[in-house]
Amino acid sequence: MADDPVLNAASVPSPASSPATSPASSPADALIETVPPEISPLRAFWSAFSENRGAVLGLAVVVFITLLAIFAPLLALHSPIEQFREHVLLPPVWAGGIWSFPFGTDAVGRDVLSRLIYGARISLGIGLSVMLVSVAVGIVLGLASAFLRGIVEVVVMRVMDLVVAIPSLVLAILVVAVLGPSLTNTIVAVTVVYLPRYVRLVRAAAMAELSKEYVVAAQVAGVGKLRLMFVTVLPNCLAPLIVQAALGISDAILEAAALGFLGLGAQPPTPEWGAMLADSREFIRSAPWIVTLPGLAILVTVVAINLMGDGLRDALDPKLRRS
Amino acid sequence: MFRFFLRRVALTLPTFVALMFVTFVAVRLVPGDPIEARTGERGIAPERLAMLRHELGLDQPVWQQFLHYANGILHGDFGVSIVTKTPILHEFAILFPATLELAFCGLIFAIVLGIPAGVIAAVKRGSIFDHSVMTVALAGYSMPIFWWGLLLIMFMSEYLGLTPVSGRMDLINYYFEPVTGFMLIDSLLSDQEGAFGAAVSHLILPSIVLGTIPLAVIARMTRSSMLEVLSEDYVRTARAKGLSPLRVVGLHALRNALIPVVTVIGLQTGTLLAGAVLTETIFAWPGVGKWLIESISRRDYPALQGGIMLISGIVILVNLIVDLLYVAINPRIRHGG
Repeated sequence: MADDPVLNAASVPSPASSPATSPASSPADALIETVPPEISPLRAFWSAFSENRGAVLGLAVVVFITLLAIFAPLLALHSPIEQFREHVLLPPVWAGGIWSFPFGTDAVGRDVLSRLIYGARISLGIGLSVMLVSVAVGIVLGLASAFLRGIVEVVVMRVMDLVVAIPSLVLAILVVAVLGPSLTNTIVAVTVVYLPRYVRLVRAAAMAELSKEYVVAAQVAGVGKLRLMFVTVLPNCLAPLIVQAALGISDAILEAAALGFLGLGAQPPTPEWGAMLADSREFIRSAPWIVTLPGLAILVTVVAINLMGDGLRDALDPKLRRS
Repeated sequence: MFRFFLRRVALTLPTFVALMFVTFVAVRLVPGDPIEARTGERGIAPERLAMLRHELGLDQPVWQQFLHYANGILHGDFGVSIVTKTPILHEFAILFPATLELAFCGLIFAIVLGIPAGVIAAVKRGSIFDHSVMTVALAGYSMPIFWWGLLLIMFMSEYLGLTPVSGRMDLINYYFEPVTGFMLIDSLLSDQEGAFGAAVSHLILPSIVLGTIPLAVIARMTRSSMLEVLSEDYVRTARAKGLSPLRVVGLHALRNALIPVVTVIGLQTGTLLAGAVLTETIFAWPGVGKWLIESISRRDYPALQGGIMLISGIVILVNLIVDLLYVAINPRIRHGG
């Protein structure tokens, strides 16, 4: 992008016009003038990110869970849905179980560890799908309302206001009740719930950029509207969007697990963590590990993503930095 | 300021209309004819079907159906439950105090713990206490509360036997007619010894579960707001005057630090009502959240439609009130806006 003629031309007046812009939040500027040439933006980002030990820990856990999810078929000892009828409600190894079922088995004899590993696929899959769809739709709707204004902006923003007004889980329940409970519909429901954040964020960021001189310069240079939206302005709105996207994954995982717990998400025998918890409710007294482990998996995943997201925010967007 | 109030109220109206529209459309998107769905496999004679469709207004054009629906809502008619045949508003009114009582206690729990924790963390910035509060807040914020509820039941109720597992009242030992619908008040009014204690013990775990996320949010907000205020000049002046640290923090700093915290607390209504759905399901708490989930499994679409309309309407109203109060309290916004 550095050799983009429009961006090069446009970035000439920008240091004077936007002294507050951080090096990392406008990559074009960063490459050209602010950062000394020997440090790449990636290096600069990493040194800022790795200052935060919690963020690095979060990243490590996220990488670990992602690897578990990718290599689930190789790592899991059993199929997540195979029922070993001779080993029903077997306790974990540390409570007197056997090594072929390290985390014990559930009420129909399925291996809890294998279900947890495959569950990582589902939860991360939901989180990523929701994030990708809502970022993509959010960018289009946000940029459209910032650039086109008028009726487009009014309609889009009023609809977003409505979505925000309905409590998130209640809205997700409404969507699932209409579409029917399933994994795909969970993704649709959670995407609808979290879309307004992205639309509002992109719109606000784009409107802030629109008044800057490099945008005016690009317009004077005769750049078309689409190019102006996606090539000139969008890259400068990315920092807060990346932060929101990272934190959005954890929210989506929690929301989807809640739907699964209520029986409105993934359906049996899918090894979804929330649905596993719902199945475990009758065994609070007799088999506490079935209750404890799926919830722990959700908590660890969500905490790790949130830690990572906080680190991203501190590194990418110093303006949002928590005091 | 009056003009601001009017403008803010006027902006809320389209949201209400859109909400009516969404609930109306959503229920009509559910596959299948509502009457055939009710008669099930037994089937229904065509002329009887036509009659029922006419009775329910389903033979009218959709826009007329919508106007009819909207008109009903404006007159307090949210439809009739298919299952119980009682008006939705009536069912909701009976169950809502239970949800309100739970939400209120959850919020009190969050405020009573969250604000002091946030203040102390800010004053002792960088200390072990600060780090612990921030870690606990992160965990609370990331907590799947349905799991948290199960853990608490497992430990407090099953293992230690301290609190009851579910419900609002020990119905075997105590019975009294609901007067206000709030168990804490009704149990006091009933004059039965131990009833109030039983009501409190039923409330403890659900309140903790429902209050956990607001607690984390309030603690984080109080801490960061307090840190900002503590670096202000007037706080330094107060310190330089030789006022005791308690006076500086409690009187000078806290008052101003609380302004954004109050807003955040107000905005927790949606979180509390959404959280109530999960909390009530775990603890078999007879409130509107549990009722909403049950209406889905019973395919009681009028109840679902009316329930969502009512819950969302309440959240929109509370957010409006919080906004207006905020402007009324904070002169800086009043004059600026």
